[in-house]
Amino acid sequence: MNIYIQGMGCVSPQQTAAEGPFLAEIREYEGNRLKVLDPDYKQWIPDANTMRRMGRVVKMGIGAAKLSLQHAGIEMPDAIITGTAYGCLADTGVFLTRMIQRQESALSPTPFIQSTHNTVSGQIALLLGCHAYNSTFVHKGFSFESALLDSIMLLREKTEQQILIGGVDEITDHSHTILSRFGLYKQEPVRNTALLQSTTKGTIAGEGAAFFVLGTTKGAVKLTGLDTLYKPASQQEVSSAIQGFLATHRLSTADIDLLITGRNGNAGEDAAYTQLTQTLFPQTAAAAFKHLCGEYPTASAFAMWMGAQIIQQQQAPAGILYSGTAPQQLNRILIYNQYQGTHHALILLEKA
Amino acid sequence: MSEPVWIAGGGVICGIGATLPACVEAFSRMQPGMEEVQYLHTIHRGVFPVAEVKADNATLAAQAGMPAHISRTALLSKIAAQEAWDSTGLGDLLQYRIGFISANTVGGMDKTEDFFADYLQHPDKGRLQQVLHHECGSVTELVADAMGIRHQVATISTACSSGANALMYGARLIRNNIVDIVIAGGTDALTRFTLNGFNTLMILDQQPCRPFDDTRTGLNLGEGAGYVVLVSDVMRKRLPNAPWCRLSGYANTSDAYHQTASSPDGIGNYLAMKGALDMSGLQPKDIAYINLHGTGTQNNDSSEGKAIERLFAPDYPAVSSTKSFTGHTLGASGGIEAVFSALAVQQGIIYPNARFATPMKEWPVAPATVFSSGNKLSHVMSNSFGFAGNCSSLVFSKE
Repeated sequence: MNIYIQGMGCVSPQQTAAEGPFLAEIREYEGNRLKVLDPDYKQWIPDANTMRRMGRVVKMGIGAAKLSLQHAGIEMPDAIITGTAYGCLADTGVFLTRMIQRQESALSPTPFIQSTHNTVSGQIALLLGCHAYNSTFVHKGFSFESALLDSIMLLREKTEQQILIGGVDEITDHSHTILSRFGLYKQEPVRNTALLQSTTKGTIAGEGAAFFVLGTTKGAVKLTGLDTLYKPASQQEVSSAIQGFLATHRLSTADIDLLITGRNGNAGEDAAYTQLTQTLFPQTAAAAFKHLCGEYPTASAFAMWMGAQIIQQQQAPAGILYSGTAPQQLNRILIYNQYQGTHHALILLEKA
Repeated sequence: MSEPVWIAGGGVICGIGATLPACVEAFSRMQPGMEEVQYLHTIHRGVFPVAEVKADNATLAAQAGMPAHISRTALLSKIAAQEAWDSTGLGDLLQYRIGFISANTVGGMDKTEDFFADYLQHPDKGRLQQVLHHECGSVTELVADAMGIRHQVATISTACSSGANALMYGARLIRNNIVDIVIAGGTDALTRFTLNGFNTLMILDQQPCRPFDDTRTGLNLGEGAGYVVLVSDVMRKRLPNAPWCRLSGYANTSDAYHQTASSPDGIGNYLAMKGALDMSGLQPKDIAYINLHGTGTQNNDSSEGKAIERLFAPDYPAVSSTKSFTGHTLGASGGIEAVFSALAVQQGIIYPNARFATPMKEWPVAPATVFSSGNKLSHVMSNSFGFAGNCSSLVFSKE
């Protein structure tokens, strides 16, 4: 059984939600926080009152979900699965702040209602009137990967399905302030287009939503493999896992036309990517994506969107290449992302 | 893909007991866990009864073998997961290909609440240690790391149905030969965030809740954790004791009606129960007992009753809501009730529904009101329905 990406949609800090050439221009940002370029959500959420109550993360999710359904040419999926590490941070922050400031009195229910992690999947189902399977995975750097694995297993159980699956996370002022205190982001002035050449510690915060329609009949791109590695003991274990993963698919590192890594400008973490690419993929062209969307736990959903676009369009935009030259034929892409050294994930995409 | 998945053991900590045997004892003595708030710092103490786990964090930490400063959600999780594992008799966990799939809705919110009070004074204030494990996934990892589980670690959050979905995902991991064993269920600690949230929805009862009673006026919140140990058919043969039962069917559907309310006819509930029955290859008459979602709100019990009527009428199985003892433990409830339901098949237990007196107008069927064991229960269903329309049903079978 093959699994195909039949539709995809992406709302991100880049011009990904609008019609137009694929990442023809990389949008440039100053500072350590990349914000989503909001499309006109009215096109997907007809009721103004409903839209007003919705948090930004919910709208981002609905936008990407609707784009992917449109792209697949379907209206009703057979399952809706979302990965989100942080869930609805904005409404959580509002309810928490009021609860503390008003000493647990005179609280409005709306932010609480909109704060639960399953709001994105639930609101998509509500908008579509979809009674099918509906789930939400909330596991840090594996949130999107768990949702993807669930989709793959559902398709193996019953092949004649089309599954809507995606990853979404938002930044809020509170989350950015608090995560900055943990030292995750660069303190000096930074531009996203220069991020990959950075030699200092820290990265830039990002956000976004990418959704896909997966099915077992024809599509332009095959989702061939997925694997995760939790808290590897050493860099050697990561290398072995990548080689083992490729061997499972009867491939060697030389069979990969383009490697997409989660390089994020944090000098310490990027050194590990460099070492790995130099030893395992010395001849392979390498691309990056976090200078486009920033760092966040479900950023690998953006990477999968980008990888699938590259295969479908047979074109790797200049602004994404980190090293080497992309070959003419882009038949096979490996995405290797790691999140804070603890969550490592591999996604293999192939031209159908 | 249809390889059988067995329940090899289970563990629970909740407002009626710190272990599964203690919980069963509480059911048999008709001792529900709702009391005045003791451990949570809230202005609602004395207003809303809650089913707290009767221990402070230091006591729970000692029991869990974890530091006392981490989230209560993780402490409860570790205690129940360890009990579940120990009950299987499989010995050293490190020798197996094993996953930990845990559900929760609050994550480390109990600590974040304390952090935020300082942080709101000034953005540089508040001890970062208190928000380090805010994320739902962090709570799961604290427990997975303490137990030494690395093969598969995942967290599900689908509001009040979260725990049940952890069992489904776990069963799929086994059927796809990704792991051989999964500890699956859920955990949630009581927090001010959820207590105040449910209060704004005006669905908290100021009296002990009365699920499926015509006089019901809302739910009581509880806290706790519950996990089953799922094993493959191959692992089943290595169990020192017979498995409790088999996870024969499950289904997850969406009500797609409202963010917080159930549809009047309970379409999502109906589809979940129907789907789980279909997967198990059973007829409605084969189900001997349903562990109801049964929160005690007007809306839930009426919708759930209507959905049961549509699927089961006119011959109903025994039904009861164990939330009349444990309170609504949110993300943990699907896990806790899965353990109760699996044990029900093994020991023939029908749990009592506390404080039932007057049948509902919408579905005038009386739940079981006394504890009994040794019944012949070949198939038991467990329902979990949640916010955002998430509906899940599980079926446990003797063979």
